[in-house]
Amino acid sequence: MFFQQILNGITVGGVYALIALGYTMVYGILELINFAHGEIYMIGAYLGIIFIGIFTAIGLTEQSPLLAVLLSLTLSVIFCSAYGFAVEKLAYRPLRNAPKLSPLISAIGVSIFLQNYVMLSQGATDKVFPQLFETKGIEFLNLTITVLQIFIIVVSLLLMELLHLYVMKTRTGKAMRAVAQDKTMASLLGINIDWIISITFIIGSGLAAVAGFMVAMYYGLVNYSIGYIAGIKAFAAAVLGGIGSIPGAMLGGFILGIVESLAAGYLSSEYKDAYAFIILIIILLIKPRGLLGKSSGDRA
Amino acid sequence: MNALLFILYLSFLSLPFMGIKGALWLLAVAYSAYIFFLLIKKSSKAIKAVKLPHVRLDTKILYALLLVLLLALPFGLKDYYIDVFILAGIYIILALGLNVVIGFSGLLNLGFAAFYAIGAYAFALLAVKAGLGFWGALPLSLLITTISGLILSFPALRLHGDYLAIVTLGFGEIIHLTLNNWDELTNGPNGISGIPMPSLFGFEIQRLSHYYYIVFMFVLIAVFIIRGVYNSRIGRAWLALKDDEMAAEAMGINTTKYKFLALSFGALWAGLAGTLFASKMMFISPESFTFMESVFIVCMVILGGAGSITGVITGSLLLIVLPEVLREFQLYRMLALGTGLVLMMVFRPQGLIGGRK
Repeated sequence: MFFQQILNGITVGGVYALIALGYTMVYGILELINFAHGEIYMIGAYLGIIFIGIFTAIGLTEQSPLLAVLLSLTLSVIFCSAYGFAVEKLAYRPLRNAPKLSPLISAIGVSIFLQNYVMLSQGATDKVFPQLFETKGIEFLNLTITVLQIFIIVVSLLLMELLHLYVMKTRTGKAMRAVAQDKTMASLLGINIDWIISITFIIGSGLAAVAGFMVAMYYGLVNYSIGYIAGIKAFAAAVLGGIGSIPGAMLGGFILGIVESLAAGYLSSEYKDAYAFIILIIILLIKPRGLLGKSSGDRA
Repeated sequence: MNALLFILYLSFLSLPFMGIKGALWLLAVAYSAYIFFLLIKKSSKAIKAVKLPHVRLDTKILYALLLVLLLALPFGLKDYYIDVFILAGIYIILALGLNVVIGFSGLLNLGFAAFYAIGAYAFALLAVKAGLGFWGALPLSLLITTISGLILSFPALRLHGDYLAIVTLGFGEIIHLTLNNWDELTNGPNGISGIPMPSLFGFEIQRLSHYYYIVFMFVLIAVFIIRGVYNSRIGRAWLALKDDEMAAEAMGINTTKYKFLALSFGALWAGLAGTLFASKMMFISPESFTFMESVFIVCMVILGGAGSITGVITGSLLLIVLPEVLREFQLYRMLALGTGLVLMMVFRPQGLIGGRK
C-alpha cells in the first residue's frame, strides 16, 4: 500500500513537474506567474482527444495505436506551443514595463478566456480519451504498475533531461540563462530578448501539452476546468523546488505528487487538493527560496 | 509580425476546437474588426484621445440627485430588478472592501471570496444554530471575519506582489474545501438554509424593497467610512505602501502594521457583504464562494478603477447589471470578462474611472 501510493505519487508528480517547468522558466525570465499556463495544459489534453478522434475516424488508430498516439501527441505539442506563443505576444508583451500586478491580472484574464473558449467550443461535459492500451498492470514485488504509468514516468524524466541539456549546453539555452540573470545586460550583448522570451513560452507550453496529453490518457477523462487546479499545484511544486530553478521544479513536482498521494491515502482524500496549498504556504513562510532556489534578496 | 498574418495564425489555432466553419467565421470576424479599427483610426485622430476624462463626481448637486434617484428606485421597478440592485449593492460593499486591499494598499488578494464566505457562514450559523437574530449575529460575524483577516495577514506579512496573491488564493481554496467537507459544522455541499431576514425596530422585513433600503444604508455607511479612512493618515500610509514599500518603510511607516490593517479592514467589509448575502438569500452553500467569485470581485475593482471609490462602484454595477441586460449573451459573459481584463490591462490599466495618484 505504502509503496503503491509512492508509485502513484511519482506518476502524478512527473506530470506536475512537467507543468511546473513552464512556470519556473517563465518566472525565471519575466518574474511573472503565468496564470494561463494551467489552461495550456488543459488545451493540450483536449487537443490530444481531438486528434485521437480524427485518427480514429480515418482508421489509423485501429492499424497502429502507438503511431496514432505519437502523432496526436506531436500535433498537440505543436498547437499548444503556438497557443503559448500567441498568449505571450497578445497578453504579456505589451505589459512588459507595466506595474507588476498588471501582467498577473492579464494572465488571469487569459485564463478565464481560454477556459470559456474551450467550454463554449467543446461543451461543458467531460470528454473521454479512448482506451488504447491494456490497463492490466504488471505485478512486481507486490506493486502493480501499468504500462501507462511507466510511459508517463519515462517520458517525463526524458523530457526533463532534454530540457536540462538544452538549457545548459546550447547557444539558445545560454541566452535564456543570460536573459534570466539580467535582461538589459543581455540585450546589450546582442541577445534578442523578445525571441528568447517567445522560445521560453513555446518550450513551456510544449511541456504542458505533453503533461495534458498524458493525464488525459491516464485518467481517461478531461474537463475544461482541469487546468486551474493542476496549474496551481504545479505552481506550488515550482515554489517548493525554488522558483526559477529547473531542477527545483522537477524535484518539487515529484515531492508534491508523492506527498499528495500519501496524504490522500492515509489522511483524508477529501482534502486532497488542499495539501498543495498547505505545502505552498508553509514553504513560502519557512523557506521562500524553495529547496533548490538561489538566494535573491527581495523575492517573496 | 504583420497583424493580418497574426489573425490568420490565430484562426488556424482555433481550427481543432471550432472546426473549419468556426475558424473561417472567426477569421471573417477578426478581419472585419481589424478593418473597422483601422478605419476609425484613420478617419479621426480624435479617437486617439479615447482617454476618458478624469471623472470627479464630488459635486454636491450630482450626489443629491443620485441619492434621490436611488431612494426612489424600488417604487418604479419590478421585484426582479430590485433583486438585481440588492445584489449589486452587496457586491459594491464587497468590491469596496477589496479595493482597500488592492486599490489603496496595492496588495493583490485572490481569495477574497473566503472572507465573504466566512462572513456568510458565521452569520448563518450564529443566526440559525445559536438563534441570534440579525442584529445580534451581525456584529459577531463582522468580528469573526475581521479576525480571520488578521489570521491570513500573518503569512501574508512576509510576502508581497504575486506571492501574496498566490497565498491568498490558497487561503480561498482551503476555506472553500473546508466548507465543502466539514459536514458537522457547515452541512457540506448542501449548505445552510432558513437564515433569517433582518427586522428593523421590531418591524419585520417582508418586502424586497425594504431589504433594498437596508442594503442601501449599509452601502452608504461603507462608502463614508472607507472614504474617511482613506483620507486619513492610514489611507496615506497605504498609498505610500502601494507606491514603494521600501521607501514607505524608510519614511517611518510601519509597513507590517498597515498591511495588517488593510487586510483585516478589507475583510470586515467582505464579512458585512457575506452577512447581507446570507440573509438576503436565506440559504448559502459553498457553491457561492469559489475562486471564480474571487476573480469576479477582482474584476469589479480592476475594471472600474482600482483605488477610486466611484470607479469601484461603477465597476460593480456594470458587472452585475450588464449581464442582466444582455441576457441573450449569458454564455459569453465570462469570455467577455476575460477579454476585458486583458484589454483593460493593455490599454487602460487604471480602469474605467482611474484612481487618483
